[in-house]
Amino acid sequence: MIIFARALVFPPLSHILRWKDIFPGFNKIGVISVLAALIPLVLFGLASKGDPLVAPTGLKNLAEQIVEFIQKNVIEQTMGHDGLPWTPFLLSLFMFVFLTNITGIIPTFQMPANARLAAPLFLAVIVWITFIVVGIKHQGIKYFTSLLWPPGIPTGMKPLVGLIEIVSTVVLRPFSLAVRLLANMMAGHILLFTFALMIDTMLHSVPWLKALSFLPFLMLVFVTAFEVLVAFLQAYIFSMLTAVYIGSSAHPEH
Amino acid sequence: MEAVSIFAAGLTGDVAGFAYGLAAIGPGIGIGIIVGKAIEAMARQPESAGMARTTMFLGIAFTEALALIGFVVVFLVKGA
Repeated sequence: MIIFARALVFPPLSHILRWKDIFPGFNKIGVISVLAALIPLVLFGLASKGDPLVAPTGLKNLAEQIVEFIQKNVIEQTMGHDGLPWTPFLLSLFMFVFLTNITGIIPTFQMPANARLAAPLFLAVIVWITFIVVGIKHQGIKYFTSLLWPPGIPTGMKPLVGLIEIVSTVVLRPFSLAVRLLANMMAGHILLFTFALMIDTMLHSVPWLKALSFLPFLMLVFVTAFEVLVAFLQAYIFSMLTAVYIGSSAHPEH
Repeated sequence: MEAVSIFAAGLTGDVAGFAYGLAAIGPGIGIGIIVGKAIEAMARQPESAGMARTTMFLGIAFTEALALIGFVVVFLVKGA
């Protein structure tokens, strides 16, 4: 009974999500965000130098693989060939989201910057503005009617369909983009924390629980590996949904 | 009084967990159907596996959002 009385004691959520300021208005999240913006800049900046006819090596190879991944798996699957000019935008979104996610499992950082709402929400607002501007640019004022009604809707259905469409496009799209990323990263962070706390609690407990504490450790290793997958998958899904939204406002009939 | 407040705190925790459990049922079934159908499509037509996979991830992302909203709402309710 004593063992059950000493269950896991969780600190308030803010203890694992809120960080002290390094200097006013700039904490660990800020450091991660700046790094996540600088690393792709340096990587692709270095990779763009040199003779393009020579076979790529090292860093250049990596950069080319990433660009090719974005072009083949994100753009051509969703926007087709005429979406290729969007590569830089989607590439920077992908890299930023991936690097701010992956810090959740890198020692010394141990915090995905996207587990706070600010970064995902800001990215979602950028995407939101982008697809609306693209829609106005490609279709002019007609964009707003195509936003309301997909082509070929009977007149009687128009009020209902229009309401659903406008809410899902203007409100739910940016909201779900931001919340999906936030919740995935926050859930992963809490999961990692739970198993770490479980190891600690068991090590300060009765001997036979101390002996069993390798079990949550194995689980922690597994969850860490799983978080790599989640970090990549969320960056992929974020850039892919962006491509779908931009594609749908450039060509509504598809 | 003490006992009542402890009981209330425990209850909110339980209700939050229960609410998340409810929120996970629908998306769980949905993701199962999506992935199952996508695998079926890939097995029937391996040459269109790329397209099926992309669409599968899109469907998963949309369905998963429901579960994640449930997850976030739990924290919002508990934090309030």
